[in-house]
Amino acid sequence: MASVSTKPPLLSIEGLTISLPTAEGQRAEAVRGVDLAIGRGEIVGLAGESGSGKTLTALSVLGLLPGGARPVGRILFEERDLLASGRAARSVRGAEVAMVFQDPMTALHPMLSIGRQMTEHVRFHLRLSQHAADTVAVEMLDRVRIPNPREAMTRYPHQFSGGMRQRIAIASALAAGPKLLIADEPTTALDVTVQAGILRLIEGLRRELQLSVLLITHDLGVMSALADRVYVMYAGRVVERGARADVLAQPRHPYTRGLLDALPHGSPSDHPLRALPGSPPAIGRFPAGCAFHPRCRFAEDICRADVPDLMPVAPGRAIACPIDPLAAVPA
Amino acid sequence: MSYLRTSWYALPNLLRFVLRRLFVGVLLCLGVTLISFILTQVVPGDPVSANLGDRAASDPVIVAVFRERYGLDKPLPEQYALYLQRLVQGDLGESQQTHRPVTTDLGQYLPATIELASAAMILALVFGIALGVIAAIKRDGWPDQLIRIISLAGVSVPTFWLALVTLYVFFFKLGIAPGVGRLNPGGKAPPAITNMFTIDSLLTGQWATFSTAISHIVLPALVLAIYTVGSITRFTRAAMLESLNQDYVRSARAKGLPERTVILRHAMRPALAAIVTVAGMAFGRMLSGTVLVESVFSWPGIGQYAYKSALALDLRAIMGVSLVVAVIYIVVNMAVDLIYALIDPRIRLG
Repeated sequence: MASVSTKPPLLSIEGLTISLPTAEGQRAEAVRGVDLAIGRGEIVGLAGESGSGKTLTALSVLGLLPGGARPVGRILFEERDLLASGRAARSVRGAEVAMVFQDPMTALHPMLSIGRQMTEHVRFHLRLSQHAADTVAVEMLDRVRIPNPREAMTRYPHQFSGGMRQRIAIASALAAGPKLLIADEPTTALDVTVQAGILRLIEGLRRELQLSVLLITHDLGVMSALADRVYVMYAGRVVERGARADVLAQPRHPYTRGLLDALPHGSPSDHPLRALPGSPPAIGRFPAGCAFHPRCRFAEDICRADVPDLMPVAPGRAIACPIDPLAAVPA
Repeated sequence: MSYLRTSWYALPNLLRFVLRRLFVGVLLCLGVTLISFILTQVVPGDPVSANLGDRAASDPVIVAVFRERYGLDKPLPEQYALYLQRLVQGDLGESQQTHRPVTTDLGQYLPATIELASAAMILALVFGIALGVIAAIKRDGWPDQLIRIISLAGVSVPTFWLALVTLYVFFFKLGIAPGVGRLNPGGKAPPAITNMFTIDSLLTGQWATFSTAISHIVLPALVLAIYTVGSITRFTRAAMLESLNQDYVRSARAKGLPERTVILRHAMRPALAAIVTVAGMAFGRMLSGTVLVESVFSWPGIGQYAYKSALALDLRAIMGVSLVVAVIYIVVNMAVDLIYALIDPRIRLG
């Protein structure tokens, strides 16, 4: 799916910069000039450590940024600019763009029945009767493989396991028939055995419902299982993007490479696990030049001086690094 | 025995909960009677001198008759046993002040207080929840600051002072509030059904009496409510701030629900559980703390009755009032737990 589509993408984020108020009363940019596009039916992975700005980027699409955050740029959803018009953002939220969060134990309301949580936004967005919304909800619960969906509607979240709750949260997000699902670390809070089931479910739903998915994760394993294309973010910027197979097989940015080297699976003993030294910088304390240079083993003087642009290196592939590690070090 | 146990657990949860609470409640009431009985005995003071004039109290014959009539001549354990024996028959004894059965007195004074406290509670809930929610939504903005001052004033202002000032301003100066009492002077009480004038007049369709009763209850109810408005506002604000920060509220927003629904359904629900608890305690406190408001507004309620009985060392009346207040506390607590379980499905009764 790395092909350059002639059709406009479903979602296109252009030059998105998000600044946050700091404790000292200043403003700090947490997301810096992000461009990102998602085609119809495409699963796009957004990877990065915490603080890289990936969740803020996702929240800005829904207009759910924390108070005080100020986004600049364009977020085009089917050619409507969600940043320019609050009305457009509100009409899209929940109806055309839905979101699933990390922790299914807290994301569902503990005191409202599953049925209520499955149907209230469906009724609101699609103007359905309770009965019609119930039908939609039961069908969706069945689709995510909740046993006895009709009975499940009358139950409450605490009566389900974590994996089941995440399925319910996904069903609820999809009940109003959105075109784009934003999944923020949808498997991080779950047991490993349950994770695979959720990933298969998302993959299946994408095919059945022609769904586009923005998958946010720090786990490149999850990414490799699901995403068609991958964006890697570091310190508020996209540092590498490309087709999933290309990026994971041949990471071109030292940061992506570091992330992959730190993964426990892959090649055996000749390729030892290598932890990425240091930790990601805090928002407001991003280093000058390439923000990754203090942790980069290829860093040169130019990295400390200039911010590297995201430059195309192959069709659908771009990296923000003046030193191509492929050339610098034999793979 | 095992059969009993099996059938006990065969009962519905709700029924088991109520039965268990009732059993504990009866024990509590027994304890209350014992304690109030002992307290009325150990306080310095003699019901004889409190109830009889100086001349009568110096006449041994009259004193002996008085003691015999109220059972004060018997040994203490026997007095208490006698009291309990009558209690299970629904007899709370005779008041030395009114010379009527205590149950009759309570039937007259208690509804007035329940009416007043309920009106105050409704006002306190409406204003307290509304102010608390607004303060939480406008956190640190000027509405929040203003509401903080109001609620601080509410919990700080002495009730008796507020009662006097409001009566002075709204009745004597502005003349927009009616005077003291439950009805206008010479006003005829509606037929006694519950002895709550607003409800009785409503039930019998006496609209003029109803509007008079309502206009008379507003000012004392407001004064009585002020403290509770303050505390409910604070609790509501804190509970709302907590629940507004929860993931499930973010989920509700992400589903694109209107902000009104997000706040009133998703954020309010958990806050309500906390509010119900506070409101339950507040209601008990109102019932037992109305005496100052009742005095200022000449409201013939249980507070005034208890106050007069205490001054006169009217033992039966004091014990009756204690018992009734204890019963109300127990019932309100049980109601709070039931409502709590209705609000939060994770809570199981039984």
